[in-house]
Amino acid sequence: MTREEIESREDESMMDAPQINKPKPEEFFNVNYLRIYYGKRTLFPYSDIHKWLSYGHDGKHPGCDEYYFGRREFSFTLENDVYLRYKSFKNASSMEDAIRSHFPYKIDIGAVYSVDPDKRHAYSQTGSNVFTPVERELVFDIDITDYDDVRYCCSGADVCSKCWPLMTVAIKVIHTSLTEDFGFKHILWVFSGRRGVHCWVCDPKARRMTNEQRSAVAEYFRVYKGNENNARKVALMGYSLHPFLARSYVDYLKGFFEGELQATQSIFSTKDKYEKILAMISDEDIQSELRGKWENSARSSLSEEAISLVRWEQLKNTLQSKKHKAPTLRMCVEEIVFTFTYPRIDLEVSKQMNHLLKAPFCVHPKTGRVCVPIDPNNCDDFDPLAVPTLSQLIEEINSGGSRMDVDDDDDSDTSLLGKSIKFFRSSFLEPLLKSCKEEIESSYKTKIGKSKDSLSW
Amino acid sequence: MEVIRSQKRTASNDVVSNPKIPLYLTAPPLEVRLEEFELFAIDRLRVLKGVSDGLARGKNPKEMDDVVDALWKEHMRHSDASEMLNKDIISHFVIRLVYCRSDELKKWFLSMETALFRHRFRLRNFEAQRAIVGEFGLPYKAVTGAELESLKERLGQVVRSLGQISPSVVNDICCVSVCFFSFLSFAVEAVYYKVPFEEVPDLVAGRRVLIQKGHAFVAGSQLVSLVVTQFRSHISKALILTNRKWMTTIREREKDRLTPIVEALSTTYVGPDYSQSNDYADISLKDIDQVSKSSFPLCMRHLFEKLREDHHLKHGGRMQLGLFLKGVGLKLDDALAFWRAEFSKKVGSERFDKEYAYGIRHNYGKEGKRTDYTPYACQKIISSAPGVGDHHGCPYRHFSEDNLRAALGRMGLSSRGMEDVMDKVRNKHYQLACTLTFEAVYGTSCDVGINHPNQYFEESQKILKSKTPAAPV
Repeated sequence: MTREEIESREDESMMDAPQINKPKPEEFFNVNYLRIYYGKRTLFPYSDIHKWLSYGHDGKHPGCDEYYFGRREFSFTLENDVYLRYKSFKNASSMEDAIRSHFPYKIDIGAVYSVDPDKRHAYSQTGSNVFTPVERELVFDIDITDYDDVRYCCSGADVCSKCWPLMTVAIKVIHTSLTEDFGFKHILWVFSGRRGVHCWVCDPKARRMTNEQRSAVAEYFRVYKGNENNARKVALMGYSLHPFLARSYVDYLKGFFEGELQATQSIFSTKDKYEKILAMISDEDIQSELRGKWENSARSSLSEEAISLVRWEQLKNTLQSKKHKAPTLRMCVEEIVFTFTYPRIDLEVSKQMNHLLKAPFCVHPKTGRVCVPIDPNNCDDFDPLAVPTLSQLIEEINSGGSRMDVDDDDDSDTSLLGKSIKFFRSSFLEPLLKSCKEEIESSYKTKIGKSKDSLSW
Repeated sequence: MEVIRSQKRTASNDVVSNPKIPLYLTAPPLEVRLEEFELFAIDRLRVLKGVSDGLARGKNPKEMDDVVDALWKEHMRHSDASEMLNKDIISHFVIRLVYCRSDELKKWFLSMETALFRHRFRLRNFEAQRAIVGEFGLPYKAVTGAELESLKERLGQVVRSLGQISPSVVNDICCVSVCFFSFLSFAVEAVYYKVPFEEVPDLVAGRRVLIQKGHAFVAGSQLVSLVVTQFRSHISKALILTNRKWMTTIREREKDRLTPIVEALSTTYVGPDYSQSNDYADISLKDIDQVSKSSFPLCMRHLFEKLREDHHLKHGGRMQLGLFLKGVGLKLDDALAFWRAEFSKKVGSERFDKEYAYGIRHNYGKEGKRTDYTPYACQKIISSAPGVGDHHGCPYRHFSEDNLRAALGRMGLSSRGMEDVMDKVRNKHYQLACTLTFEAVYGTSCDVGINHPNQYFEESQKILKSKTPAAPV
């Protein structure tokens, strides 16, 4: 399709889009919008995604594996829930062509396999040609619906400014651990489009981890072991916290619990709410003592938040003096804080190499929002309700304010999506590619036993 | 031959005093008599089967150390230390040949040999352990000097985070003295090794080590994790190579001599996996509610009840219950009808067909890579991790005491029976708890112990049918 043809088709669909005051679901997201989003070269960042997933194998160095990108699995979910797995592309333009012919509602990224996924049946299943994953980013998925038992402002698919901070805290805890404890350097955090975040750890070491090692990291992060069948969902054994948990508690969780969380959730202010917390204390006498204080407290002029804080102090003091009664009380205060604030990751997503995860810069079908990267060092500033939507992007194009050229390095690019793409490039992609190329070069040199730098980039 | 086996001198060499555990890196250049080929293998298989039984009964690591010690002494001991070593090595390689030939056999062999190695290692003293670590040729250095100083405080935190008193001691009057005793053993150890975290996944998963910048600091007493990972990885690779050699040369070459022995050895010891149900247990949809109350173990009954109640189950529950039902004899068409009938009430039959039917067909081996999946055994169910909204797992492990008592009450346990069961639960003997439940419900003893939900079902059906042969139970 030529540029003119695309633009004239866009004009048609613009004329068809009805003038509306109240947005109906189709106005967030529909096939026509998708055609524009994937059709124009200045929205979905095809070449950045291709560069990322090539990890430096751009064919310009003899140490490159030119088939690397082609062995990556993608999957498309189309309109009408048609699901296409094991798609793979030789290069950026075949990926672009495929997306532009299907206009998928969702694009998932899978693992890099031993052979091209779309040719897997051509190889026998024995010997050295077995179709098996060989590399895959270490990924995490945090979804706010897993916190429904501890958030009172929303439930289910909704998210608001009162409960989103749970995601912010989760990012801080996990990101610090990934960098400080595990030493990873190339980490991408992405908004999932509606109510959660994804994390992609792209270091070579991470990509080569086995399922067992991934499982180990996921279990290292796991604290919450709850469902409706047990009452004490966080059980911290031992005489102190593991240094990772201690650091998370001191640097992030305690402050969040005693500050922002009380303000937004007032977790002690009503009987229903505080009974849930009392159930976490494994001593009936202490429960009764506190219940007695709270049940009968007069209607004061204090705000919900202030009441919550007072009660929290009372709980802490009572537990402090009584903690030697039983081992299960030793870290009860910390357990309560962890129950309400500590990250709850979806273990299954992280454990297996062949698990597919939604691609960054996709659009979420239920909200129309783009899955943009989140800066972990400034995640307090991220607002999920201010993320650009498809319809906003299209309006921006119509009013002529879109980005002119996808390769423009001009700092004056102020388009809605431009900021995100810029961040993706400068904070994540460029450092990653630099390090990948160094690795390719050095392993090539080792392979051919050369000590002089006779081949440069 | 007879000569070797009939010589029953009182053995003066203990298994512990023979410090070497062979690593089975290369096949031994030894001559083996044909009789020994088979007999050594059978003895070792007895050991491996004993290990498997011990694990299935949920024995803790210390108990397993004793089990392995006893098994080894009984089956593998020899008065001559070097003969004992030879038998050890030869029998391993023979079994490796036998068990390399299918995925199922490989997995079992790998698990059992690794467990055997782990517990034999634990039985050695520290010096012997360090020697074995040395044999692996691992490049890991001990942490010393300023680096160790800078880590000391956090290493101490790790040690203290692991110290715990078991809940059963809580009400004990000597609780206080136990506290003190534990406190005394909270010192940071003398030797720590700096190791890439990938090498000790089980220590990472349990938060049993300090991790910094990709390195785990492994205490001397935790060395077992390090070597077991190495051992498992090596054996896993070796199995693949052995399989290749078997398929390409050995099987054909030895078809008149070793091959028949090898093939016979493998069928002897793989326990029933319940993937093919027998006549006892074919159930039909109309009987399923009744059968769930009369013959299902608690884990499956809970899932079944929740499914009827919520008209939905999350993935873990669908797998655990779905495969169990397959093992119980529910045919694919009946299974699809069953799940559709429930799920349609919540998500509609169209969405069921779109999103859930595929998974059921996949379980029966009709989709994807066509593996006919086997129902989960207790060990797998106990070690699963039910999360938010899940109902799978083992109730004896995953339920709170109150919920478990209520569930047991619904199964018809008396208060006396319940106390016995709860006692087992407190000591973490989940399968024994289930066995006691079985015994209480059916008024009979179950000596072998429950280690598979389908076993519970079949045993239950046997008992009920013997009481009322004609009526459906």
